[in-house]
Amino acid sequence: MTSAQVEIQLIAVVVSVGCALPGVFLVLRRLAMASDAITHSVLLGIVVAFFVVRDLSSPALVAGAALTGLVTVWLIELLRRTGLVREDAAIGLVFPALFSIGVILVSRYAGSVHLDIDVVLLGDVAFAPFDRFVLFGWDWGPAALVKMTAILLLNAVLIGAFWKELKVASFDPGLAYALGFSPALVHYGLMGLVSVTAVGAFDAVGSILVVALMVGPPVTAYLLTDRLGTMVGLAAAMGATGGIAGYWLAYWLDASIAGSIAAVIGLQFAAALFLAPGRGLVALWRRRARQRVRFAETMLAIHLLTHEGRPEAAVESRLDHLRELLRWDEPFADRIVRSAVRGRLVTAGAGGLELTDRGRELAAEAIAES
Amino acid sequence: MVTELFTDYTLRTIALGAALIGIVSGSLGTYAVLRRQSLLGDTISHAALPGIAAAFVLTGSKASIVLVAGAAAAGFAATLCVFAIVRTTRVKLDAALALVLSVFFGAGLVLLTWIQSRPDARQAGLDTYLFGQAAALVQRDVVSIAALGAAALLVALAFWKELKLLSFDPDFAATLGLRIRALDVLLTGLLVVAIVIGLQAVGVVLMTAMVVPPPAAARQWTDRLGAMMVIAAAIGALAGIGGAVLSAQAEHLPTGPTIVVCLTALVLVSILFAPRRGLVARRWLERGRARRLRLQAVLGGLEALAREHEGGAHGHSAAVLRLAGGARVEEQLEELRRRGLAERLGEDEWAVTRAGREEAQRLEDER
Repeated sequence: MTSAQVEIQLIAVVVSVGCALPGVFLVLRRLAMASDAITHSVLLGIVVAFFVVRDLSSPALVAGAALTGLVTVWLIELLRRTGLVREDAAIGLVFPALFSIGVILVSRYAGSVHLDIDVVLLGDVAFAPFDRFVLFGWDWGPAALVKMTAILLLNAVLIGAFWKELKVASFDPGLAYALGFSPALVHYGLMGLVSVTAVGAFDAVGSILVVALMVGPPVTAYLLTDRLGTMVGLAAAMGATGGIAGYWLAYWLDASIAGSIAAVIGLQFAAALFLAPGRGLVALWRRRARQRVRFAETMLAIHLLTHEGRPEAAVESRLDHLRELLRWDEPFADRIVRSAVRGRLVTAGAGGLELTDRGRELAAEAIAES
Repeated sequence: MVTELFTDYTLRTIALGAALIGIVSGSLGTYAVLRRQSLLGDTISHAALPGIAAAFVLTGSKASIVLVAGAAAAGFAATLCVFAIVRTTRVKLDAALALVLSVFFGAGLVLLTWIQSRPDARQAGLDTYLFGQAAALVQRDVVSIAALGAAALLVALAFWKELKLLSFDPDFAATLGLRIRALDVLLTGLLVVAIVIGLQAVGVVLMTAMVVPPPAAARQWTDRLGAMMVIAAAIGALAGIGGAVLSAQAEHLPTGPTIVVCLTALVLVSILFAPRRGLVARRWLERGRARRLRLQAVLGGLEALAREHEGGAHGHSAAVLRLAGGARVEEQLEELRRRGLAERLGEDEWAVTRAGREEAQRLEDER
């Protein structure tokens, strides 16, 4: 690996983890689409701030753009409060408007501005290592890496410092209010973090894929755990591995790095969706199938117990009669009987099925329970 | 400027195309907005990108109808993913939408850049679907937009009653025996068609803005579904034509974003000035209501005083009534006098008239 490759992967990891941290709270607070709104409208902030400072790497750009993010959130809230449009429509009204104004500004002054919408929207981390951050005559690394590391640290420190507040406000807003935290302050604080992170990440991965990095790893982690701390850790880990795997996928395909990271994040989610222990779809299907067999076996045992020792027992314990009575088709009935025999609930003889002691116990228990 | 609309062939084509897109997405977007699925459009349009790229890879064709078919397939698959995630896991709708939107878009970007990295000159121009290129619309495109849009609208009309019921009371629809899931899929399919026919002109990034604002604006003017769809279509058409004409006038004014800005202006006008629901009208109504309440309070006060001093017309000073009417009680007394409900017996001496007593009695009975 060349040093540029190492640096690109470092940037990918730092950006992914930096986005995943505030993303956890976006997902828990059902604000995922607000991040989509913020990342789009931040373009306007970047453009306006750029007109003022004329420097794409200036910190003023981050501040200005972050402010636009907050303005977006505030406008959505303002629209919603009128009661004339619902929240989802409010989001859908605000961000396209701000984004469009941004695009128009860029196109109008394209000649005098070295700012490409493609780059803002899609990002390009491949050339990031050439833009160095030099301070005091010392090369600290790629500018994007330095900037995003600072934002990652900011996110980690703030989320760590306000952990309790964020946790309570996310899971029980009523309690948070009763305890005296201002819900507005928590909300706008988090949105401010999301805005700053979106601005920091946009030139590496573009504003649309920031959404993938913010929402994807936390959602995957959400499928795997019930604990907030574990969820944050898992989300960060997912983000980091997604960043590295995405880089190599892009390298192999000779395609967009940001897009590949998003695709890997999608694969991670799909894997968790199907394979998550305990609540993944595969586990769910297997549990359902097991329960179905278990239920059928119990039905069989109850039926045999009811007629055991009575004159009709000989007829009632015949398999074809049972099938008709319980409305089982042949393969299912065979499966259940085989499984019941294997489980030593019944024995199959020439005269039909006969309960074992264990089978009687099961049936009696089931009847007592119901 | 407007006459050019009739003489300039290119401008006419673009404006017609934009108007048609506005009509179809505005009217079909109505259902999305009413069902609180406004952001589904955003997911569909972003998710169309891999479909466009895949359609090109599979067929090698850049014909807009092929790419639109690919876009529709991917957009439809994305919504199915969203609904499946919401149904089978505890992930909420907002997170599912954001995840599917960005992952599909990322996959599209991978495909697009992978195509571009291959030595194949035919791929040039696929990326116009990102931001759209209304200026490149030709008559053939407009015809296919019109045909697909008309088909979608006809289907919506054919299922008018069912879709209306689904939008306003899905539980009742289910008890009537309507197949909710099938209708859901149908409605999603219509929305997908409305979105993909606009992608070439408006682009995947901004297409959502053609779906949400027209119905959101139309909602302010009416409480009826049919009227709302017609108004939304008109607003979409107006913004489409306006955006096309404006962007033709000025240099470096991209059509898609200009249409969106026009739409936003129409939404603001609707929210502020719509009769009854609009903010201005509401403020006006509230003010009238507050004045009426204050008047009634003062009249009630006069009536109460008259009852206490039954027999003989006593006058009472305004200060006594201040308790009921607030600081500007003189104003209200004057207004009551003009209406013949109160009379002035002397300097700062007020009494209720016969008509006023009847009115006060009537108001009390109403309560």
